[in-house]
Amino acid sequence: MLGNEVIAHACLEAEMDFASGYPGTPSSEVIDYLRHQKDREFYVEWSVNEKVAFENALAAAWTGIRSLVTMKHVGLNVAADPLLTSAYTGVTGGFVILSADDPYAHSSQNEQDSRRYALFAKIPCLDPATVREAHSMMKAAFEISEEVGLPVLFRPTTRICHSKSDVDLGVPGTGHRTGEFVRNPQQYVVIPVHTRMLHKKLNDKQPGLAKMLVEVGFNTAEVRGKTAIITGGIAAAYAEELISEGVSFAKVGAYPIDPEWLKAFVDQHDTVLVIEELSPVIEEAVRMAATTTVVHGKMDGHLPLEGELSPAAVAQAMASAGFTPTKTYPVVTPEAGVPARPPLLCAGCGHRAVFYAMRKVFKDGIFPSDIGCYTLGIQLNVVDTTICMGASITVGSGIAQSGETRPVVCTIGDSTFLHTGIQGLLNAVYNGANMIVIILDNRITAMTGHQPNPNTGVTATGVASPPVSIEAICRSCGAPWVETVSSYDLTGLLQALQTAKERDGVKVIVARQPCVIDARRSGIRRKPYVVDPEACTGCGLCVKFGCPAIEFHDDKAVITSLCSGCSVCADICPVGAIHKGGAK
Amino acid sequence: MKESFDVLIVGVGGQGTILASNILGEACLIAGLPVRGAETHGMAQRGGSVVTHIRIGGVYGPLISPGTADLIISFDLLEALRYRHFLKHGGTIITSDAVIMPTSAFTAGAEVPTPAEIMARLEDVACTVVDAAGLAAEAGTILAQNVVMLGAASHALPLSEEGLREAISRSVPPKTVETNIRAFELGRACLE
Repeated sequence: MLGNEVIAHACLEAEMDFASGYPGTPSSEVIDYLRHQKDREFYVEWSVNEKVAFENALAAAWTGIRSLVTMKHVGLNVAADPLLTSAYTGVTGGFVILSADDPYAHSSQNEQDSRRYALFAKIPCLDPATVREAHSMMKAAFEISEEVGLPVLFRPTTRICHSKSDVDLGVPGTGHRTGEFVRNPQQYVVIPVHTRMLHKKLNDKQPGLAKMLVEVGFNTAEVRGKTAIITGGIAAAYAEELISEGVSFAKVGAYPIDPEWLKAFVDQHDTVLVIEELSPVIEEAVRMAATTTVVHGKMDGHLPLEGELSPAAVAQAMASAGFTPTKTYPVVTPEAGVPARPPLLCAGCGHRAVFYAMRKVFKDGIFPSDIGCYTLGIQLNVVDTTICMGASITVGSGIAQSGETRPVVCTIGDSTFLHTGIQGLLNAVYNGANMIVIILDNRITAMTGHQPNPNTGVTATGVASPPVSIEAICRSCGAPWVETVSSYDLTGLLQALQTAKERDGVKVIVARQPCVIDARRSGIRRKPYVVDPEACTGCGLCVKFGCPAIEFHDDKAVITSLCSGCSVCADICPVGAIHKGGAK
Repeated sequence: MKESFDVLIVGVGGQGTILASNILGEACLIAGLPVRGAETHGMAQRGGSVVTHIRIGGVYGPLISPGTADLIISFDLLEALRYRHFLKHGGTIITSDAVIMPTSAFTAGAEVPTPAEIMARLEDVACTVVDAAGLAAEAGTILAQNVVMLGAASHALPLSEEGLREAISRSVPPKTVETNIRAFELGRACLE
């Protein structure tokens, strides 16, 4: 079973009553699993962003029910505002914040470590080493939260979320609760006079909290000799495979680490190696605890500060710190001369045509973009910036107001626009920026696995919900010129861009076409296109379009079975050699 | 501790590497074997090179390090070449004979080795080539190439034929069980 499904199942076993989240790799499958449960007795939603999701789930926990909020690590930045103060207010029902970290940034913009947030907010953090442990920890997380009256941060990493493991599942619980809000302004209204007291209360909880987490059994230590390995998270699984006999082993799965427990272990050893992914969180605690013990880890260069670990990397760190691993890994070099195969926009993806038109009309344009499948537009030279969700419009207006005279054309997807793009548009219009905003509207949150959003027409559980009008939102933000074009209508796109180019102010183009994968799943079939080899002059313009369905053999273009019939290449062909044909 | 049997499944996003790894995982459960696996999700999967790790009998982490895989099952000949350094000394590659051309070959003129060149570069390892597309078409749909490849690899796996069949029946959509079992049989038969 997939790690995220196991985590979701643990929530069912723990009788969770409320779940919200915003999709983000590697966290998305938790809510996806929950929302597809039949006979649900709990509430589940995809929220419009992580801050919204967090506050919804926090309030649910204030009413005494068990609540979960899920996001990827960078989503926690969006939700950081309520996070930091929710530790002050505390909770009555169990409240678990799942923030999935992505070492190596497989599908992310950075490699931040969510454990730091838990320390910052002074709340417990659970960090599973295996899928099996993720299962038991998630169940315990709700109990711990209720016992200490604090949110609990549950932090799996990509290699937990997207790993498979055999696991012994329990039975989903049936003892669900009904929320009841009990007024208590001293707890829930954080005016200065209240919050000062709440801060003291939070600090008073800390020593007992660390002790309790040792008792719960997620931090374990076994003395076997005079040297020791201290590890946590997925790195613990790698280290366990490689540790020699006679080397002590401590595993940290819960934070804050009790300093006395840690010191008692460290003091019994001459040398300690700390192995963990991302930030040296355990290592800093070990260095604080150590008096005469020599401590090795990231901070003295035995392990990298970035990227993800692997069994081979852990073996190498062990060897370099003087710990003999039980296995050695051969040094091998990948084959040279194998052409890269990066991820691509799909055949028939509407984004590609928009990008093509942008390049045609704006040869000297500056193209801020955002987070979604369309970030792959970098391969088509139409993505100049990407920093975080919603930052295409804001980066665009910042550049436009900087004195830069080249035209600014930014791209943002529908889900990202609804997430944190609207404020940027509102701000750009209000402050009179001169720029073009293209909303790449594919009706769904595609990249993370096709989750519905307010633009889709259904909720997370499939209940019909009227899709918002993106055009109306843009107009109510004050945008004076809003045009909607089909993403497959190349002529229309070119015309709209040309008109926008000649106007002042913030111009919005909504380029709309359902995600090609989702369209196919819902039964939309278009006749594929073929190249007439007699008419094809071999100019290669269609090939440069970059569609994976177009190949080039013997000086002629060929359309493969990947074609989904979007028709854009037929519009590009200067001699009309591409036409509809072939079987659906 | 008994060693795990480490399998790398490689291919191009959309070829069904995750389904293939689901089937192997399910077969481990049927056989009562522990299993650990890691896969590619999210942005990385769209038409790109994808790799799935499966450690049959594994009890530690899910990742297979380069130079240690017992078996590589590859759905694309070029991907077999890309990941061959994961193979341990004496390991086996079972691969489809087809190459999906990377789009960069057409848009950026990237040099792509021909199947014959790839085979020459794989000459020093135990590498078996399967006409996955042809056999899948014979089974009823070219979408079943992944299951054809599992059938072909089944001789090299420490899992029973019955267990794999049962795992396929449990893992694929109900309407496609018959086609997929046929694909498995054709794949298995081609290497007998």
